Amino acid sequence: MKIDLKVWRQKNQNTKGHLESYVLEEVDAEMSFLEMLDMLNLKLAKQGERPVEFDHDCREGICGQCGVMINGIAHGPIKNTTTCQLHMRYFKDGDTIYVEPFKAKAFPVIRDLKVDRSALDDIIAAGGYISVNTGQAPEANSILISHEEAESAFDSAACIGCGACVATCKNASAALFASSKISQLAKLPQGKKESSKRAVDMVNRMEDLGFGHCTNTEACQVECPQDISVLNIAQMNYEYNKAKLKK
Amino acid sequence: MWFIKNAITRKNLMALTGLFLCFFLIIHLLGNLQLLMPPNEARLQYNLYSDFLSNNILVKLISYVLYASILVHTIDSIYLSIKAKKASGSSYVVDKRNRASKWYSRQMMLLGTLIFAFLVIHFKDFWFIYKFGTLPMDSAGNKDLYGLVVASFQDLWYVILYAISILVLGFHLLHGFFSAFRTIGLYNPKYNRIVKLIGVIFAVSMTIGYFVIPFYIYLNV
Repeated sequence: MKIDLKVWRQKNQNTKGHLESYVLEEVDAEMSFLEMLDMLNLKLAKQGERPVEFDHDCREGICGQCGVMINGIAHGPIKNTTTCQLHMRYFKDGDTIYVEPFKAKAFPVIRDLKVDRSALDDIIAAGGYISVNTGQAPEANSILISHEEAESAFDSAACIGCGACVATCKNASAALFASSKISQLAKLPQGKKESSKRAVDMVNRMEDLGFGHCTNTEACQVECPQDISVLNIAQMNYEYNKAKLKK
Repeated sequence: MWFIKNAITRKNLMALTGLFLCFFLIIHLLGNLQLLMPPNEARLQYNLYSDFLSNNILVKLISYVLYASILVHTIDSIYLSIKAKKASGSSYVVDKRNRASKWYSRQMMLLGTLIFAFLVIHFKDFWFIYKFGTLPMDSAGNKDLYGLVVASFQDLWYVILYAISILVLGFHLLHGFFSAFRTIGLYNPKYNRIVKLIGVIFAVSMTIGYFVIPFYIYLNV
């Protein structure tokens, strides 16, 4: 099928970007979105032009590296899907597709569709861990965790850190990202001990990095490839407020 | 001190002042339902009630909390909006992000601004005249606020202005009520469902309640 692409081209962080039009004639419906971009790049390379740069790694929907705005929606129109798992069969012959990078002040564009999301790593570095050496895996029944609790923590842990929540949020808040880690660890006995300090440190770091605040529009969960619950954000607020009130 | 810098703390202030204003809305509506009584009774009753409110020391103290809540809620929203604007950076050429949420949840600042504009008119036309203007007395010797209210709502455009403002308020509450609970940290899924339901019931009943009064007066009194 024929696809009319409008792709964001930006040389580097300091230059202004713009949309560039490309037409791809023989796009296969079985291609993934990234394979379609590969096809574009092959064409550009043959013509001696600079290929479109974008992040990707596993192409299996689990690493969180890929992620662009497709027609104004993070990871495109299909819900709970990463960009790499979006296939061209969801588009029609002759469609125009706008491809833009994730945008937020804390996510500077490196080039084209490639965005610096290391701010998310900085948030994790502020407290998204357990600060003791846990050693070998302990005997499974020595710490009792109910099935529901384990599942709930696992749901929070499912975040792949792609940044779609930030790109989707009208305030560019990383609340869903930070809170998924905060509540995952707060739900388990190993992480609970430091939950107050962790919440305060991560929330403060998130703010210092220039992310916005949460206004509970709940858009982040809708566009999240992993369907991370917005109730994690409420738990983050709980842990933060509890920590501040106790002090 | 825990109430100064960060956004969650600011949001807590928004939530707490917002919830206090919700509480006030209930009291304000209950008081104003007296306007729906038969005209002669309503006049004496409503004016007596207004006189009681403006002279009771406890009510006076609560009214200062009310004024403060309105101001804090307003100032905080401006502060947070500017901050969010800075955080979101440059805009998208094609932006369909609004598909993922209710329109009113994304337009709280606009709705709030309209409510504030309405409040300026509302305060000027009733609160200011009652407190600082001159009003005739009723037969019991109280200021005739009832007469002022009835006279105001004889204009159709004024009734429509109120109807629109109340609708705007309704949508603001529809998002604001449950959002406030999320902000202060209610994360239990079951209680969240309950709070969300209460929020809808609250927003709808406030909208209907405040809707009825101007229309009733316009049509019947």
